[in-house]
Amino acid sequence: MSTATAASAAPPAEGLFSKKNRKLITDPLNDNNPITVQVLGICSALAITVKVSNALVMSISVLAVVVLGNMVISALRNAIPGRIRIIAQLVIAAGLVTLVDIVLKAYVYDVSKQVGVYVGLIITNCILMGRYEAFAMGNKVWPSALDGLGNSLGYAWLLVVVASVREITGNGTWFGFRLIPESLYATSGGGYFNNNMMILPPMALIIVGIIIWIQRSRNTKLIEQA
Amino acid sequence: MAFDKNSNQFTFIFATVLVVVVGTLLAVTYLGLKPNYDENVRREKMQNILASLKVEVERDAAPAKYEELIKETLLVDANGAKQEGDAFSLDVLKQYKDWKAGVVKTEDLRYPVYLADVEGQKLFVLPMVGTGLWGPVWGYVSMKDDGRTIFGSTFDHKGETPGLGAEISTPMFEDPFQGKTISDDQGNFKGITVYKGGSQTTDPHGVDGISGGTITSQGVDEMLKRLLAVYDKYLRTQVAMIAPAPVAGSDSLATDSVQLMVDTTRTASLITR
Repeated sequence: MSTATAASAAPPAEGLFSKKNRKLITDPLNDNNPITVQVLGICSALAITVKVSNALVMSISVLAVVVLGNMVISALRNAIPGRIRIIAQLVIAAGLVTLVDIVLKAYVYDVSKQVGVYVGLIITNCILMGRYEAFAMGNKVWPSALDGLGNSLGYAWLLVVVASVREITGNGTWFGFRLIPESLYATSGGGYFNNNMMILPPMALIIVGIIIWIQRSRNTKLIEQA
Repeated sequence: MAFDKNSNQFTFIFATVLVVVVGTLLAVTYLGLKPNYDENVRREKMQNILASLKVEVERDAAPAKYEELIKETLLVDANGAKQEGDAFSLDVLKQYKDWKAGVVKTEDLRYPVYLADVEGQKLFVLPMVGTGLWGPVWGYVSMKDDGRTIFGSTFDHKGETPGLGAEISTPMFEDPFQGKTISDDQGNFKGITVYKGGSQTTDPHGVDGISGGTITSQGVDEMLKRLLAVYDKYLRTQVAMIAPAPVAGSDSLATDSVQLMVDTTRTASLITR
């Protein structure tokens, strides 16, 4: 959970994009990435990263739900009774997820068929509840929106990177465009095979692991003291 | 009296208001967007029917092409006899689930048939529905006017394993159906067998299954045998009308009726399974 970014009492004259507010967006991209550092939202990173297009739609949906949810909860934070705050957050999150699902079905039907069941599962994405509880409950609306944006962008780039690796090696395409010519495939006389293992969920976990490894070897702040 | 947001009273009021507001918002959005969604589903169905006729169109262009090619729709019952009702709006997947759950009796099942005319060729489009590994599988098979040769096919699924069972919706699985026959030259019903382990491609009544997608392939196999057996009865009546059997055909007609009885028992055994 992030506590470093929590700015509980912002000074009144603070600009919309003050240094502190910018940090809310940039921090989750690297130093405080929801997947690799906070370890939130891993499940969907495994499930939805077979194709880049799916990963992107999932990211946009999560972005909408986290940003809107953060804003709504932040606006209501002084009214939500302490004893039912988790339930209230859950109701708002579930409402927004269902809303996204309905909108996808109506306007981008093909995509909604592809991501189908996973949209409903956004509700189980720990980023939502994690950010609602850790940030939105204690911060004003605008910083909460930025925090939601930053965290979902941090989630998005990771998802897209993992999906790129998996789609290129597992299917020979990127975003649906063919990168490895059909003629190289064994079926048309070449010697190339898709790596079917990359399509399976465990490989996503291994790729996420490799990304964490690279990130930690370059970013010394993240190395835990022994 | 000071306002206490943690009082029992306020907690109840807050919870109630929150749920009512969220619920109303969702209900309004759903009702507002439902026509869009229903239209998408309708067009996709038309698109799938056309795909089985080897006519590939964009979803938005599907209704126009559908109107052009599909001449007639009708329902038949388990004995292949024509029945009243609208074929397009019948949800075969729901009917199948109800039947599996025992809500709908076998004699009440209705099977839609779409009669198409593609470049002067008369074709029958037959919807299929069955069970794969994770959930339902379905598809459309189109038959030539001889009533036994497959013209084209398309399959889809709800959530079969990507890269394995999900391959049933790819041309690699769908294309080999073309030219296969559901009954032999003597008129005996054979259905279509989905083989495990391949290398049976010479069988005129069978296709190669999906390696690693055995349960899905078995589901498709069961679906084809169960439904083609029913449609076979209907198709025989149609073929007899188009081209009356030759004089010597009275014998084969008798064989047909014997065969029909065999088919009925087979269907029954499938149902009890």
